[in-house]
Amino acid sequence: MSSEVIADAKPPEVTVNYLNEKYGLKSWLLTTDHKRIGVLYMISITLMFFIGGFFAVLMRLELLTPQGDLVTAQTYNKLFTMHGVIMVWFFLIPSIPAVLGNFVLPLMIGAQDVAFPKLNLLSWYIYVVGSLFTFYVVVSGGVDTGWTFYTPFSTAGSNTHVIATTCGIFIIGFSTIISGMNFIVTVHKMRAPGLTWFRLPLFVWSLYATSVIMVLATPVLAVTLLLLAVERTFHVGIFDPALGGDPLLFQHFFWFYSHPAVYIMILPGMGVVSELIPTFARRKVFGYNFVAFATFGIAFVGFLVWGHHMFVAGESLYAAMTFSFLSYLVAIPSAIKVFNWTATLYKGSISYDTPMLYALGFIGLFTIGGLTGLFLAALGLDVHVHDTYFVIAHFHYIMVGGMVMAYFGGIHYWWPKISGRMYPEGWAKLAALIVFLGFNLTFFPQFILGYLGMPRRYYAYAPEFQVLNVMSSAGASILGVGYLLPLIYLLWSAKYGKKAEANPWKATGLEWQTSSPPPKENFAVTPIVTEPPYNYPTLENPLKESEQPGKQSLEEVPVG
Amino acid sequence: MAESETVLEHHFRDLQQQREVSELGMWIFLMTEVLLFGVLFTSYTVFRHSYPAGFAAGSRDMETTIGAVNTAVLLISSFFIALSVYGAQTGGRKKLLWGLAIGALLGVVFMILKGVEYYDHYQHREVPGILFDYAKPNAHGVEIFFYLYFVMTGIHAIHLTIGICIVVVILVAAYRGRYSPLYHNPVEIVGLYWHFVDIVWIFLFPLLYLIDLKR
Repeated sequence: MSSEVIADAKPPEVTVNYLNEKYGLKSWLLTTDHKRIGVLYMISITLMFFIGGFFAVLMRLELLTPQGDLVTAQTYNKLFTMHGVIMVWFFLIPSIPAVLGNFVLPLMIGAQDVAFPKLNLLSWYIYVVGSLFTFYVVVSGGVDTGWTFYTPFSTAGSNTHVIATTCGIFIIGFSTIISGMNFIVTVHKMRAPGLTWFRLPLFVWSLYATSVIMVLATPVLAVTLLLLAVERTFHVGIFDPALGGDPLLFQHFFWFYSHPAVYIMILPGMGVVSELIPTFARRKVFGYNFVAFATFGIAFVGFLVWGHHMFVAGESLYAAMTFSFLSYLVAIPSAIKVFNWTATLYKGSISYDTPMLYALGFIGLFTIGGLTGLFLAALGLDVHVHDTYFVIAHFHYIMVGGMVMAYFGGIHYWWPKISGRMYPEGWAKLAALIVFLGFNLTFFPQFILGYLGMPRRYYAYAPEFQVLNVMSSAGASILGVGYLLPLIYLLWSAKYGKKAEANPWKATGLEWQTSSPPPKENFAVTPIVTEPPYNYPTLENPLKESEQPGKQSLEEVPVG
Repeated sequence: MAESETVLEHHFRDLQQQREVSELGMWIFLMTEVLLFGVLFTSYTVFRHSYPAGFAAGSRDMETTIGAVNTAVLLISSFFIALSVYGAQTGGRKKLLWGLAIGALLGVVFMILKGVEYYDHYQHREVPGILFDYAKPNAHGVEIFFYLYFVMTGIHAIHLTIGICIVVVILVAAYRGRYSPLYHNPVEIVGLYWHFVDIVWIFLFPLLYLIDLKR
């Protein structure tokens, strides 16, 4: 930590930044710099994303034909389980918070680092250890319980690697908890002078709400999996009816975590979109306070809806009606957000850069995913489509159409800040288009399949479903191309791309006031904030407060 | 040990901010702990409702005297930890060192008594999953009672063990003069943690030992 020397050697004509300030593997593996930790997370998460995606590829290949011909039923069970486990815990949950959140949160609030830099690094190591468990499970034969680990199959029935998998998830839970704790304290205590709560960018609000869910929900999963492991090992416990236990209790505990976890996966995506829309529409977010409060509305009500996963599992009618009502309720704050994003576009000067394409895609796909969620919240219809491809399509519209789109949008948006280089705009637009088309071709047929009654988790199906399944598999291969392209051109651009200026999008956030890539200590001088967020000049008040269209201009560093 | 030269870490503006950060961090961590134990207390509630007779029968086999003594031991230990925090705030070196030392010692006493209890249950073949043999009625309920007893007190004991270890580390640092009225965050936050572990036991004791007092 003796690098205050750099802060003193302020004149930044030679751009010393977080990337070139030190070299070597050790300087990365022992770093406490939130930006470097964000990059470490990005690398490991990308790896997990492609492993999880690989399992999906095998599943779609199997489903090309109605007969089970590529893999056995048992292998197929393992494929969807590993796909779910890896995508949920090792990609989606850490994706935006741990990569983008880690990188930009301190920059956005004008801080030098997160509140607990060492814990931040520890959280990455915990992530790695958890991943090693998962690698072990993958190479040693997998696990076949589904990502939900329902008892008593997981405690008494399955003879696959349940314990090792739950160990990995248990461990990675601590990484989530540490990140959440870190972000909450950072937002409370590390904000720059003048940066009041209602001057915070909406991405910070959504990271804050996400972190609250992380710290409140994750411990529940941890203990539940611990109880599961004990029950499986010692054949005594509270979940197996043969032992006097209650399998529904497991489902309650599991979904008490896993439903809020869905909001861990989508809220940060909403936050990213709330950054992208005003930047590329050159307008203040419509109804900032409503979007901020809606974030908390979703986080809060999200804790009260877990029972809608158990409508057909044997919960009482009154419980089911209550959970159904509450599930409808969560649509209100979600809709507020969608309406406010669209209202922000109204009369905006919209430019269709790649991040904006992803943001617009997000709005459309999230709306479809959200509305079909209402179908599922309806008790009667849920009985019909429960455990069918309708459910698969619904949550992939939210998780992939929503979160992954937002993640890619965010990666492109902040890529100049992260790497100091611009990505190739033409290729990026093409990839965004391919992702959008491939995604819809993959998952829209699944809505129809589910409605017609094709159950999930089967490796063979009735012949009349084949056309739609072939469409879905074709879409998946297009989607795969759309995901590989950014990997290639982003890596290419990190070395050969055009050098990025400090603020390539002419955006207002504090993170754009420092150079690209930022110096290790983020800001040469702690910024002082005097303006509300997204203070773009508009048609109505063209020059108001716009001597400095950003926040406080520190030294505008003409990099590159 | 880069921060041994200066107690202010590089990314904070001042000591005030640093202290607020560590305290808030600990409170949030304790919040996660509430949820962690929450699962166990919920399970307890559900199964006490399902097996009231089994839980009463299991509770009658508890060593209530040892449990009561242990409750007193933990409460007194919390007093000494609070004393050490007060000592750290006011520069009372004796209070700081003795408070931590006696607090940790009482923690060890608790663990020993807990061990005696565990051994006792083992002798009575009341350890579900390892050695359980219950001939009287309500065996299912009693088994689940003892299962929850071992899980809840076991996780509590793990927390206490971690607490003892941290207090010893803090004690060594305090002995070497690391803390002053200006900088003593570690003492304060380990104090918060210790009291939390104490409070969990305050709930565990009546729920597990005092179900059926007219024995």
